[in-house]
Amino acid sequence: MRRVTQLAAAATATAALALTVTACGESSSDSGGGEKGKGVGLAFDVGGRDDHSFNEAAARGTDRAKKELGVKVKQMTAGNNETEATREQRLTSLAEAGYDPVIGVGFNYGKSINKVAKDFPDTTFGVVDSGSEQKNVAGMTFAEHEASYLVGVAAAKKTKSKKVSFIGGVDNALIQKFEAGYVKGVKDTDPKIKVEVDYLYKESDKGFNDPARAKDMAKGMLGRGNDVIYTAAGQSGAGSIEEVSKKKGAWAIGVDSDQYRQKGLEKYRGAILTSAVKNVDVAVFDLIKSVKDDKPMTGDLTFDLKKDGVSVATSGGFIDDIKDDVDKASKKIADGEVKVPSTP
Amino acid sequence: MNDLGETPEQRALHRHLEDRYWLRLRGRFSKEKLILALAAPVLAIVAALVLSSLVIAASGKDPLHAFSVMIDFGSKSDSQVWIVNKAIPYYLSAAAVAIGFRMKLFNIGVDGQYRVAAFFAAAVGGALALPGAIQIPIIILTAMAVGAVWAGIAGVLKTTRGVSEVITTIMLNSIAGSLIGYFLSEDKLAVKDGNLFHTTNLPDSSHFFTIPTDPKPIYGTIVIAIAVGLAYWFVLGRTRFGFDLRAVGRSEPAAAASGVSVKRMVVTSMLLSGAVAGLVGMPTLLNVSYNYGTDFPAGIGFTGIAIALLGRNHPIGMALAALLWGFLERTGIRLEFEDYAQEIVEVMQGIIVLCVVIAYETVRRYGLRVQQRKVGEELSARAAGTNDKPEVSA
Repeated sequence: MRRVTQLAAAATATAALALTVTACGESSSDSGGGEKGKGVGLAFDVGGRDDHSFNEAAARGTDRAKKELGVKVKQMTAGNNETEATREQRLTSLAEAGYDPVIGVGFNYGKSINKVAKDFPDTTFGVVDSGSEQKNVAGMTFAEHEASYLVGVAAAKKTKSKKVSFIGGVDNALIQKFEAGYVKGVKDTDPKIKVEVDYLYKESDKGFNDPARAKDMAKGMLGRGNDVIYTAAGQSGAGSIEEVSKKKGAWAIGVDSDQYRQKGLEKYRGAILTSAVKNVDVAVFDLIKSVKDDKPMTGDLTFDLKKDGVSVATSGGFIDDIKDDVDKASKKIADGEVKVPSTP
Repeated sequence: MNDLGETPEQRALHRHLEDRYWLRLRGRFSKEKLILALAAPVLAIVAALVLSSLVIAASGKDPLHAFSVMIDFGSKSDSQVWIVNKAIPYYLSAAAVAIGFRMKLFNIGVDGQYRVAAFFAAAVGGALALPGAIQIPIIILTAMAVGAVWAGIAGVLKTTRGVSEVITTIMLNSIAGSLIGYFLSEDKLAVKDGNLFHTTNLPDSSHFFTIPTDPKPIYGTIVIAIAVGLAYWFVLGRTRFGFDLRAVGRSEPAAAASGVSVKRMVVTSMLLSGAVAGLVGMPTLLNVSYNYGTDFPAGIGFTGIAIALLGRNHPIGMALAALLWGFLERTGIRLEFEDYAQEIVEVMQGIIVLCVVIAYETVRRYGLRVQQRKVGEELSARAAGTNDKPEVSA
């Protein structure tokens, strides 16, 4: 008897599944609106708009576009441990609804943007931190290692204990770029300085929104006598900055945005020496403008020090006394005299 | 009892009636059992709907509109394909967890097991270039073997050293992450591709088939999930091994007393659980990514725990739960698109699991109480009936 009911249940479930899959003809793209020109579709990486760092830089670009170009902006955010399917769906729903350009913020979108772009040849796509593989995709990458080199110079000039450290969010190729530049910057300035390097996570993108872990790590580094900590870890960076601000004489170096100017970090700004700024906002704004002007940017675009794609923040005036050193290093990079490695 | 003044025939009739009465009573219990069995899921669904509505309403949005968006979008054909594809690894993960659950083993290490398994399977697959008919089984078997070994460590530690599998499996998760991170670098088993590191791509021959549906295909790896579901049902429900396993889960001393080697069962079921966990990464590896990279999905092992709980460790229940999960995730992105908070769906998933667990426990306790009361009543009525009999028959 039990066997019969179980079999029946199994059969019904299978049949129901088969029916729903085949019978329902309409797909979501058939019924969607789909008219063009609804504005900008922006898909954030984990951490969301208010990460005070990377995503926020992109958001500033769209905010400016809103004001200056009068475009509408739709924002969506990635969750932790997402799969490709989820990212593809997010981008597809934006493109389907008629948003143009559709921008993925973060290298996590690298694959999905290029895949979805194939299905929407008339829409311009943009991806920050990843390359372009399709005709209608703009792959916007930055010379993070160059900016990191400069903050490394600043760190080397400011440290008293001759020990500085680096915290990366996730041990991947992108964040290693930050590490490589920073370490080189420090060593070129003073080879005797010790640089402690550590990553929050080996492979999970949780590293970009786990401020608690960054805080713990920073605490350990401070305890071991490091007095300048550069954190390249998106939203997690706030945790490290908070911890550094508790210790007198220690400096935190921010990343991606000018973190001294971040509202959410106002309380700790006295400890933010400088930031390795990635002008994601400029890149995002330029892309939106190019689409608005009907001359969409596509292909691989690199934003380096020479093109003002990356820079060093001077807010707070904490590095005014060493400005000459930083400027000199900056000029050397721009002239090609110093080659900053992008891998550690 | 002859002093009641009954003839033997009367007594026989009495007995017969009494027996029939008890049979009827038992019958009524099983009917009630059916009602109770239905009550639990219904209660859970209603409670989950009410609570989710409250949460959505509290965030200042219209819950009814949210549900209609979800149903409307979730029933589109492309959504259904997406949901089925998403449910495949979830189901495999739930089955892996459930094997442990059935004998009260809490394998929370499925996450690490499937990642290590998928990684080494991808590395092996990337290094070989054999015809698909040979290569695909090699990849799958590698994954199962690696998953089994990884879970087996916890099983052996439990039986030889008495370390709780909860501790070991969760630690092995983090060791798995570090191990993969160690090998996923350019000078070891990985190639660099933009910002990603991944293993060498599998040759085209190792791509699993897909079932063509419109507009996107369903992953062929669904057959693996179905096979695992059938094997799970058969082995646990229809074999001596399955009986022993469940017996250990019910009561270790009782099982040991009846001749089951508890230690062997612990190791065997951890190995089995790990082998199934090894399959979790296969739909992604063989149907989507064709390599293991830094972007390989993580966390499915934990989703599996929720789905096993939701599906009550039942092969069909877990399938429905996995599909429900896929549905919620698919429609969740749509909800975000409609300006609902992105977290709503995660809250809903949590509420549903809680409601199901609580509803089943409540209904079970209620059923037990009713049964106890009934039996008590019947027994006292029966006792009273025997005493009254002389007067009645007089």
